[in-house]
Amino acid sequence: MAKTFTTQPGLDFQSIILKLQAYWAEKGAVILQPYDMEVGAGTFHPATTLRSLGPDYHWRAAYVQPSRRPTDGRFGENPNRLQHYYQFQTIFKPSPPDSQALYIGSLAAIGLDPAAHDIRFVEDDWESPTLGAWGLGWEVWCDGMEVSQFTYFQQVGGLECDPVPLELTYGLERLAMFIQGVENVYDLDWDGVPAEQGGKSYGDIFHRAEVEFSDWNFNHAETDMLLRHFRDAEDECNRLLAATPPLALPAYDQCMKASHLFNLLDARGVISVTERAAYIGRVRALARGCCEAWIGQGGPVDAPGGGNG
Amino acid sequence: MADLLIEIICEEIPARMQPRAMADLERMILARLADAGLAHGAAHGFVAPRHLALYVEDVAEHQPDISEERRGPRADAPEKAIDGFLKSTGLTRDKLVQQDTPKGTFLFARIEKQGVDAAALLPDMLSGVLTEFPWPKSQRWGGTRFRWVRPLHRVNLLFGGAPLAGELDLGGASLPFTSASRGHYFESPQDIDLAGIGAATDYVARLRAGHVMVDRAERRQAIVDGAAALAADAGSSLRPNEGLIDEICGLVEWPTPLLGAIEDRFMGLPDEVLEASIRTHQKYLTTGSADGALYPGFVVISNRLPDTERDAVILAGNQRVLRARLADAEFFWNEDRQATLDAQLPQLADIAFYEGLGSVGDKVARLEKLAAAMAPSVDGCDGDMAVRSARLAKADLVTGMVGEFPELQGIMGGYYARHDGEAEAVATAIAAHYRPQGPSDALPTSAEGCVVSLADKIDSLVGFLGVGAKPTGSKDPFALRRAALGIIRIILETRIRMPLLPILTEAASAHGFAAPDPDLEPFIRERLRVSLRDAGLAHDIVAAALGDGTGPGHDDILGLADRAAALSTFLAGDDGAGLVAGWRRAASILEAEESKAKQVFSPASDPHLFVEDAETGLHAALAALPDPGTQMQGPDGLLAVMQSLGGLRQPIDSFFDSVVVNHEDAAIRLNRLGLLAMVRQAMQRVADFSRLEG
Repeated sequence: MAKTFTTQPGLDFQSIILKLQAYWAEKGAVILQPYDMEVGAGTFHPATTLRSLGPDYHWRAAYVQPSRRPTDGRFGENPNRLQHYYQFQTIFKPSPPDSQALYIGSLAAIGLDPAAHDIRFVEDDWESPTLGAWGLGWEVWCDGMEVSQFTYFQQVGGLECDPVPLELTYGLERLAMFIQGVENVYDLDWDGVPAEQGGKSYGDIFHRAEVEFSDWNFNHAETDMLLRHFRDAEDECNRLLAATPPLALPAYDQCMKASHLFNLLDARGVISVTERAAYIGRVRALARGCCEAWIGQGGPVDAPGGGNG
Repeated sequence: MADLLIEIICEEIPARMQPRAMADLERMILARLADAGLAHGAAHGFVAPRHLALYVEDVAEHQPDISEERRGPRADAPEKAIDGFLKSTGLTRDKLVQQDTPKGTFLFARIEKQGVDAAALLPDMLSGVLTEFPWPKSQRWGGTRFRWVRPLHRVNLLFGGAPLAGELDLGGASLPFTSASRGHYFESPQDIDLAGIGAATDYVARLRAGHVMVDRAERRQAIVDGAAALAADAGSSLRPNEGLIDEICGLVEWPTPLLGAIEDRFMGLPDEVLEASIRTHQKYLTTGSADGALYPGFVVISNRLPDTERDAVILAGNQRVLRARLADAEFFWNEDRQATLDAQLPQLADIAFYEGLGSVGDKVARLEKLAAAMAPSVDGCDGDMAVRSARLAKADLVTGMVGEFPELQGIMGGYYARHDGEAEAVATAIAAHYRPQGPSDALPTSAEGCVVSLADKIDSLVGFLGVGAKPTGSKDPFALRRAALGIIRIILETRIRMPLLPILTEAASAHGFAAPDPDLEPFIRERLRVSLRDAGLAHDIVAAALGDGTGPGHDDILGLADRAAALSTFLAGDDGAGLVAGWRRAASILEAEESKAKQVFSPASDPHLFVEDAETGLHAALAALPDPGTQMQGPDGLLAVMQSLGGLRQPIDSFFDSVVVNHEDAAIRLNRLGLLAMVRQAMQRVADFSRLEG
């Protein structure tokens, strides 16, 4: 029997991003750029958090989001863990009837021909306690490797999502390591240019940052300052939410800030387990306030036909 | 009669929910068929990741006609009552007939209900079931309101092989029923026509042609057989993986087992670490070599048809993922051993155990106290070793390996303790102190392990109940029932004779509580009752042995269980059965007289007032009984005490044969009642005979 599939040579890191952008643009998404703040995941981008709720009935967006998880820093010594990495994020609202086929098409676009692999949808319900968000879905496995998170959002900021958005999150480093057959993230080919011609690996670009930021996250960050900044961000957020009319977007910036400051404090090991829950609750309260301000408390979502549909 | 086929196609159903969903669909549809008066034959359920189906043979095609007569209000009832009756029957006044009954003249309605075609009922029946389907967790999707486990794509309904029209209201859209199934998502993504389907086996065959093994049992067997054959080819055998095989069965439509290799450099990792990485995290099956060691290979079940080239790609991918996982584990294994458990202890103060119950460090301090208190009660337990084990038992919670694989808690502590040069008894006790984790889990093998395990569980029970976190209904988030059963199993299986109350009190005071929660002892006794019942003892025998939880030895778990076993043996014999009959007579006379006299007769009688020989005989037999306080130790002692009670049988029988309790002389009467009260007391000391049933 003739092969119906081919195995391609692996794409370099930036080509994976470009192909995903081209694919989702072709499917009708607005291609956004990363949000210019430190966040823990692509979900925090207002294009996902706030737009999941309203005001548009139709909202389709895709973007890369640098994500920071200070506790995952390993001083550049662990082949799989980073305190700064990239997520590719797609949000489609309402979730299309052919969501899975669309997603599988995106894998094919970056060289993972579904005919050549074993792709599985394995139950994994998603929850973000800091955003007061949850959804049902799967982690997607390709030959045993988790390559994406696939979620039908049900709630964000404690508010019901109606219509329901589909969120796809690709962990780009992991995906690229799989595609390139590389065992160490720092060995990833970033640009497809041979080293002797000045081509760059992931390590060339980011290794030093991993070492220095790990040191800052774990050893140098001034905890009193972080605590102060957390309180400042929280106060500012609440102040903006109390303004008439409330300033949802600037307030949400402060909420993201508070969330990241909490992550930094966590990495410094100054937050006990019990306090942890309390901090998460405080950020969640901010997120909820921002979401409510964004849609105008209890305000209706535009009727079908609005927005970029 | 015609066969019914229902098929629902949706996005991947979580593996753990599939068996239950299959059973629920069958249960709900059959219940509705029964409600509609539609007879049916055998039912066959099917489930695969994207398919949920039910095939019911020989369903009646027509409801039987029903004719019933209903009695209404009296003929002279007010208009309002009659109107109400007309409304409820849907009839007009002239259709009612008047009939005389012994209670008066009433209006009667004759209601003739013509049976309806099953085909007309089935679509709504199915919609109703889908709308009420009890998924543990469900979701909405798109712009509709309907909830299902994951987005639902098709509903197929066929009766007698012909599609039935209908639709499911999704709340904002509707989904028309079809008769087109779908094959394997990647291998045969085209439609499969279900029209003309004539048997459950036909359905299975059509789906198989589309590369979906829709019969769960067949799919599971294919996994087991295929994996076992691969393992055997490599000279190894599958390790027991039942739960994992169930899960994998819910992840694949067409299982193809492939054998992968584990690199030698990882084979020095502890067996449990390898198992956790391979099984829990990657869902691969593990195999064992002839010597019982883990074989350096694993079986991954691919969801594709076999294809040499693709299989090589799939295997290479899976091996690479596993390599990364094992490299992580190797990193933790090396890193964790840089510091001793002892040196990690201060960090436990930073981990909260539970709100109101302090940190894990606080818990460890309590465990040390409890272990020291219990060690003397446990045969062969070295107190110092037990306390040292308790001290280090939780230290592995701050290691990288347990952070990554929480299920290895305790086990890693054992490895690390050994590496630190702790005594073997300490390492063994730490490793096993979370056991038993369920009814089929083994107990700790050492006395010190049992003591630390008991201390851990008792501390949790006392603590959680003390702050009001008692399990309710099906909610038991801290697995307190399991903890109580664990305590009971350790005590019974290793035969620890230890009054529980002083230990519970000690645990409460370590928590800073005035006393253990009053619900705690009943909670533990209830678990004991369940566990004795599970061991096959009759419920009334268990109740008689446990009593009301106040008598002597009421907190001696082992003593109570021994008593139940001895009582069961004793009652199976002639003496036992006969004695119970005598007991019942004595008790019922006493009860009647005491309720009349509004007083309880004290267990005493004066031999000078005996008239009949039988009175003297019974009194002598009672005096000859051994003192149960000194003899009720161990099952043999208990049985001996009960058998000595058997000696009362004959004297009791002759007492009732020849003595009339109600003597005209009040003093003699009272004396006889006192004698019966002595019988009651003597027997009640051994078990609560009043709880035995006929």
